[in-house]
Amino acid sequence: MFILRRLGEGVPLDNVIATPLFAVNVLAPIEWFLNYVFGPGMNVLADLLGMPMLEYPYMQRAYLAALCIALIGPVVGTFLVHREMAMISDTLAHTAFAGVAVGLFLNSAFSLTLSPLLTAFVVAIVTALLVELLVEHAGAYSDTSLAIVLTGGFAVGSILITATDGGIAVGIDAYLFGSLATVSTESVGILVLMSVLVGSLVTLAYRPLLYVTFDATAARAARLNVRLYKRLMVVLTALVVVSAMQIMGVILVAAMLVVPVAAAAQVAESFKQSILLAILAAEFAAIAGVMLSYVYGIAAGGSIVVAAIAVYAVALSSRKLGYRLSIAQRFSDRQSKHHRKELEVDGGKRE
Amino acid sequence: MTTATTERQQSGNPLIRVDDVTFGYGGAPVLESVSIDVEPGSFLGLVGPNGSGKSTLLDLMLGLRRPDEGTVSLFGEPAHEFDAGERIGYVAQDATKAARDMPITVREVVEMGRYPRRLFGRFSAADRQAIEDALEQVGITDLASRRVGRLSGGQRQRVFIARALASEADLLALDEPTVGVDAESREEFYGLIHDLNATGLTVILIEHDIGVVTTHATDVACLNRQLFFDGDPEEFVETDALSQAYGKDQHILQHDHK
Repeated sequence: MFILRRLGEGVPLDNVIATPLFAVNVLAPIEWFLNYVFGPGMNVLADLLGMPMLEYPYMQRAYLAALCIALIGPVVGTFLVHREMAMISDTLAHTAFAGVAVGLFLNSAFSLTLSPLLTAFVVAIVTALLVELLVEHAGAYSDTSLAIVLTGGFAVGSILITATDGGIAVGIDAYLFGSLATVSTESVGILVLMSVLVGSLVTLAYRPLLYVTFDATAARAARLNVRLYKRLMVVLTALVVVSAMQIMGVILVAAMLVVPVAAAAQVAESFKQSILLAILAAEFAAIAGVMLSYVYGIAAGGSIVVAAIAVYAVALSSRKLGYRLSIAQRFSDRQSKHHRKELEVDGGKRE
Repeated sequence: MTTATTERQQSGNPLIRVDDVTFGYGGAPVLESVSIDVEPGSFLGLVGPNGSGKSTLLDLMLGLRRPDEGTVSLFGEPAHEFDAGERIGYVAQDATKAARDMPITVREVVEMGRYPRRLFGRFSAADRQAIEDALEQVGITDLASRRVGRLSGGQRQRVFIARALASEADLLALDEPTVGVDAESREEFYGLIHDLNATGLTVILIEHDIGVVTTHATDVACLNRQLFFDGDPEEFVETDALSQAYGKDQHILQHDHK
């Protein structure tokens, strides 16, 4: 923890261990943002709310990371859920775990210094495209094939980890269940970069992605490149899942792409509104979850997911309640209309 | 058959020309030596028993599949190379399934009609006008901001027609559009399609209800792997093409099981 804190407090950049995945010059703006914008902002917030935890740099990093995940998760998840492909995010997360294991194995076997996150990105993206190719051939998503890929990925991961010399199992827990303590500046940097990348890609390709999600056959008849956008969607999923994996954990990361979206779908009228509400639901869950995790010393990923499910429960019951209310409203409207008619008749006479 | 032949002679440029097409998914052919023309402005009703290849033929016509043998041309181009997507309005059989669960408004769906013309960037004034006009033409302007899933079956179908109108399509292809729609709304729906056809929009309709087809279509094609009839609806009623097509089905089944 001490080291992590020091990193956040702005150790000269030369001392930061340059990771092969992101050169120092990419991390520099993130450092700057954490030290001079997000950090001071959170300090002010800490004073205002009387919550000193917001002042600790490692908590500030955790919050920034969680806020990013709660943005990109639902943005990509909304398209996935409404294409009834929610399972693919879980599948890719489990194969990303194999990717981490591949990185650790290669490092130990050939004394390389690959970032396990880099190999996770590669493996997840390749799997995403392979699954999509299989689907293009078979014509539909099948639970069975996804289950095979999911468990297969995890199996390969577990084999590689036990086959690797040295006590790397220590770091594996953090990947499986996620951890706030391991949120390095690098992890935050990746998440911020992914937020920008995923955010701009979805904004740019919003229309084709929506058309393909809603009615892929008509989109094809309208001569949209449906394959391209389906592939884009799974690659975006891989990017989101891998970058969120360190905090949420392999097993729970899919929840951020699914639960807030399911909550928003209960109450939203339009698609744009559903994306916005899903982001809001996820942000709320992320903030609440990180806070609970700190206060009670419990797992962050689990707390965030439970908070998100609580939001879903509220959305579900509010819609059910809203439905009942609207029936009651209609009933009383009819009565008052009747009443008004009588009044108008009277008023007409008086005038 | 004679009507189709004379029409073919009259106009040299059909909107769709299917020429001696055979197609199968791997094994047995779904369609065998099918030839059919769709003239601009016509209303073609495709009838036939379940699994007779109607939807497949429609896919081939729209260039969504390529024939194993024979050729299909669409607006004078090979169908699979045709790329002016805005000229085609397609309401697939399962289109309304997603519409039931997904949070999306009527306007958002109708806007999709403009996507082939403007996939990126802002809608122009002409785009927005086309969307408004389409909403009004099918009478759903007041539903524009409602969630599609909370409309009745009949209203939902109009949303999909409006999407095709917004794209200013020349061809409207409908694959069993009124499944699960009540009788009264169906009547209104086909009235609307009839009116749109009268304004020059070419319509291809796959429909179980033979009555609908013979009432509204200008041409009927009766299909069961092979084409049993292609021509005038009044003639169609008088022939035994229908019973032949449906009867042949039994025969084929028995034959295949030998």
